[in-house]
Amino acid sequence: MEQVVANGVYLGSQYAMIALGLTLIFALMNVLNFAHGQMYVIGGFVTYTFYGQFEVPFLLALLMSCATLAILGALIEKFLFGPVIRRSAREESTMLLAAGIAFLLDAVILLVFGEKQRGVPKIVDGVFNWDFRIIMPYDRMLICGLAILSIGAFIAFMQFSRTGRALRALAQDRTAAQLMGVNVNRYSMIGFALGAMLAGLVGGLLVTITGVNLGMGGPTSIKAFMMVMIGGAGVISGAIAGGFILGMLEAVGLAVLSQYGDITYLVIFIALMIFLAIRPHGLMGKPWG
Amino acid sequence: MTRLLALVVFLFSIFWLVPFLISVTGRWNFYFTLTSVALLSVASAGVWLTFYIGRINIGQGAFALIGAYVSAILVTKAGISFWVSLPAAGLFAGLVAVLIGLPILRLRGVYFAMITLVLTEVVRLAALALPITNGAKGIVSIPLPSELSIFGITMIPDFSTMENSKLAFYYAACALMVVCFASLYRIVNSRLGHLCRSMQQNEELAASVGVNVAHLRVIVFAISSFFGGLGGAMFGAIAQSVYPSSFVVKDSIDFMLNCFLGGLGYVFGPMLGTLTLYFGWDLMFELGKYQLLVFSSVLILLILVLPNGLLSIRLGWIRRLTR
Repeated sequence: MEQVVANGVYLGSQYAMIALGLTLIFALMNVLNFAHGQMYVIGGFVTYTFYGQFEVPFLLALLMSCATLAILGALIEKFLFGPVIRRSAREESTMLLAAGIAFLLDAVILLVFGEKQRGVPKIVDGVFNWDFRIIMPYDRMLICGLAILSIGAFIAFMQFSRTGRALRALAQDRTAAQLMGVNVNRYSMIGFALGAMLAGLVGGLLVTITGVNLGMGGPTSIKAFMMVMIGGAGVISGAIAGGFILGMLEAVGLAVLSQYGDITYLVIFIALMIFLAIRPHGLMGKPWG
Repeated sequence: MTRLLALVVFLFSIFWLVPFLISVTGRWNFYFTLTSVALLSVASAGVWLTFYIGRINIGQGAFALIGAYVSAILVTKAGISFWVSLPAAGLFAGLVAVLIGLPILRLRGVYFAMITLVLTEVVRLAALALPITNGAKGIVSIPLPSELSIFGITMIPDFSTMENSKLAFYYAACALMVVCFASLYRIVNSRLGHLCRSMQQNEELAASVGVNVAHLRVIVFAISSFFGGLGGAMFGAIAQSVYPSSFVVKDSIDFMLNCFLGGLGYVFGPMLGTLTLYFGWDLMFELGKYQLLVFSSVLILLILVLPNGLLSIRLGWIRRLTR
């Protein structure tokens, strides 16, 4: 039992970070970022390249991942999403664009990093063992701690910094924020960069445990969508709740349902559909996003 | 009048000109490509119809997979003729759509898009888990469609006795496509179509003037999934096999892209979009490992230059014909 809870917290902390980036982008621009999983994979590969191959310190490699993705996100917003949102007759066009960007990033990953599964050496050795009730490798605990720390830092940033306030204003009401003197274009770019950076950070953290490969992007995006749906799109607390709930469900499902074969996700999906039928905008979402 | 002429030219070219050109040039593999385009455009037509009521549907892969499995199971396990199983597959997909649609059609915008995307995964995982679908091994060596006769008169000959089943499949798929798009055109230009347009613009307003919105959107979603089921069933028959990975999230997204690319405001948008996307991808095969890079770049450029689809190019005569 304790083991299941520990696994759930560990999974949940990573999932919450992935969902945070997605929900931030959604809240600011009303864009469903299909390419979020691919951004996560790029973050993983950058950390792999710097930490695994050039042997720079892990934290520095993580910073490199964040910086790469932040720049990438800013460029994508400035040159792709921004113009399309301004010009297109229907807002659905941004979904086509997001899908196109997902393909493009897949192609870039394929060309730059190849299609092999990559892993890096462990950052710390050893396994934590509490009386055989909770068994967890130290590196997982470290990653989990780092993830929770970054979530805390992100919330603090959104709550107390000037940029964070501007972003929250933008998410609440774009026009009103503009009237109050918020530079909408600039903060949209910053927000997108921040969301992409979070994806890169999780990718960099997780490469030390699960490794990284080209095919991880799509499934990651789908999981992120589920978390956002559970918590409610565009709400930061909802993304965190959704991440931890999904992590917990997955941990419990793997423990309880494993004897019936690989049906954990099937059950979660069906439960999610029933849940959404009762509460269409998730736990904390605004109605109709 | 010009519209009628265009229709005649179109029918003439797909049923006579294309087979003629292929037999002259001897590029028989083109049949498979064109058959795929025809079937994928049928499924895309369904997606287009849900766009028409203002919903972003990324779940057509789910219904295509359901249709493919229903047809395959009926043909292999129950021994029913393929031509009976084809509408049965469509109807079953439609029925599933009604059951699922009742709750999830309350969702809108991005929420609906996400839940339909998840639906694609649900069906794939269900196909892996259920005993009747044979898990990851899939259903293989499905017999070719048998003879269809009414009162002893052969309507459609047995595909397995034909020397060229590719051509037969091409004709069948094109016929299916023509029928589906004709009915789509009919739906859009009927009372139902007008009601759909009102829903696309403002659902509350439509409801306030007495449109039964909840009823209507389930019907439209069922029709949409019926198309998906048909396309999927026929695809399974051509491939003679169905796997849980026959239709995945990538396919669902492709169906959506087809509609976008062709233009959401035009009935024949999905057809043109499918043709462009499929052939575009195939033509870029020569580029080797740069295929995906060039393809996605072109896609992004297209959406930057033509955010409202290919058919939105301002050419008067195209607009008149396709409206």
